[in-house]
Amino acid sequence: MRSQYAIKQLSIFLENRKGRLKELTETLYKAQVNIRALALAESAEFGILRLVVDNPEKARSVLSAAGFTVKEQSVFAVEVEDKPGGFYQVVKLLSEADINVDYTYAFVGGGDRAVLVFKVPDENFDKALEVVYKGGIKLVEPIFFYGS
Amino acid sequence: MKPNAADYLSREEFEALQLRRLKETVTRVYNLVPFYKAKFDEVGIRPQDIRSLEDIKNLPFTTKQDLRDHYPFGLLAVPMDQVVRIHSSSGTTGKPTVVAYTEHDMKVWIEVMMRSLLMARVGPGDVVHNAYGYGLFTGGLGFHYGAEALGAAVVPSSVGFTKRQLMLMRDFGATILCSTPSYALHLAEVAEEEGFDPRNDFKLRAGFFGAEPASEGLRQAVAEAWGIKYFEAYGLSEIIGPGVAASCEYGELHIFEDHFYPEIIDPATGEVLPEGEEGELVFTTLTKQALPLIRYRTRDISRIYREPCRCGRTILRMGKVVGRSDDMLIVSGVNVFPSQVEHVLTKVEGLTPNYVIVVDKRGVLDVLEVWVEVDERIFTGDLGSLENLKHKLEEELANHLFLRARVKLVEPKTLERSMGKAKRVIDRRELQEKLGG
Repeated sequence: MRSQYAIKQLSIFLENRKGRLKELTETLYKAQVNIRALALAESAEFGILRLVVDNPEKARSVLSAAGFTVKEQSVFAVEVEDKPGGFYQVVKLLSEADINVDYTYAFVGGGDRAVLVFKVPDENFDKALEVVYKGGIKLVEPIFFYGS
Repeated sequence: MKPNAADYLSREEFEALQLRRLKETVTRVYNLVPFYKAKFDEVGIRPQDIRSLEDIKNLPFTTKQDLRDHYPFGLLAVPMDQVVRIHSSSGTTGKPTVVAYTEHDMKVWIEVMMRSLLMARVGPGDVVHNAYGYGLFTGGLGFHYGAEALGAAVVPSSVGFTKRQLMLMRDFGATILCSTPSYALHLAEVAEEEGFDPRNDFKLRAGFFGAEPASEGLRQAVAEAWGIKYFEAYGLSEIIGPGVAASCEYGELHIFEDHFYPEIIDPATGEVLPEGEEGELVFTTLTKQALPLIRYRTRDISRIYREPCRCGRTILRMGKVVGRSDDMLIVSGVNVFPSQVEHVLTKVEGLTPNYVIVVDKRGVLDVLEVWVEVDERIFTGDLGSLENLKHKLEEELANHLFLRARVKLVEPKTLERSMGKAKRVIDRRELQEKLGG
């Protein structure tokens, strides 16, 4: 299932320095890379920007060339109804299977369905996919993010 | 006779040779250099008062400031028509210091460079890629002449144009690399960025690294990145350039003491310290003609050991230079050497030792910050692990420095990395004092 549902997420180390986010987004814009989902984690001095983009290879290479530290990791995404309890359903399944969620964030698009991105510890990745799938939740294939 | 035969003389032979040469040198400078005559007269010592090697402790010191004060040729012991080479420091920290060589001095320099390179058995068939700066800096030409005299093929690439250097190293089949350790690491990083495996895609077998302080961690990082044996080259232009000391196959740094007589002194009092104790390294040149120096204070903090080495050499050994007496930072009354900080950073697994120490004043208090680059080898993509790293480093620094230091994680390659000597310390306190702040 991993090969079918694993989505490449890029994590980028950012100093909390004026203009750095602008430089990053400008680099992606110039390479015509589209950001599909994002989240920013931060401490007082630095942050990590997490991105799911339409072309991860290209994004990674232009960001590295521009001097950013980039790490690629696997995440998965699910589609739930955009109504109370949608998020709960997924988290409950993972929790019952004793899988810790490192972090999660939502897809930027609209519509009546919500797309949620989940990062779990790598050793639990396959198990998480299985649990969610068996729990009747729709897993989103990478083509949803990568396709233009 | 092999060029390194003197490395194996008995202690008695050495000391007799050193005493004879010391007496000659002292007599020459007293008679030929007014500066030395005045200094010797001031303390009431005459050349004939030097009867044993121990008597050297009665001679006055010479400092870098003395060289500057007599810029450019005031300390020369020969007329200009005997000078065949002149080198000079950049003078970024004051007036440049000028050093001159006679034909005989050049022979001595080449000899000690050959003895250095013979530590790695450099000879015909070796391709020596020399990435020390050519020009007024002694590093480039020093290694060049030594390697050439041993019959190796020298590639005088000098510094800069890193990608082209890598191409030449690969295409010419370089077996020996000569550069500063930080530049050697930079070369390996760029090689990796270019898609090469530095350990397997190159023919390097050894390297001679020097001209800047390097911690054990940096040495290991260079040796591992290239998969080569690390040889240290120690020297300073005032004494001769590179070739004052070099490390053997066991990593022990041997001083070519038949030409450069070493002492360790207490930097504060000038007292000679017993063998094995840490202090400032002082050299007296024993064979130099153009610019003989009596008890020249190197500012380098080290030790010397007399017992013979496993490699069989009898010339004495010096410890690694742990700092410079003028690089020593005093932060909130605590002595801090940049090398201590580097040691801590490289102890933490996977960390590229690229950092800057920033000392600042907040109110009346000194604040020590260490800026460390986060590169792809340490970045897991996880915020928690970066915070752990920061705390672990802060804890280790506090343990080693007996002082709180704040660690700041910064993006790679944002720190200033010069092509030659790496700038490791930014002391903003001085700036504030200059600005009257």
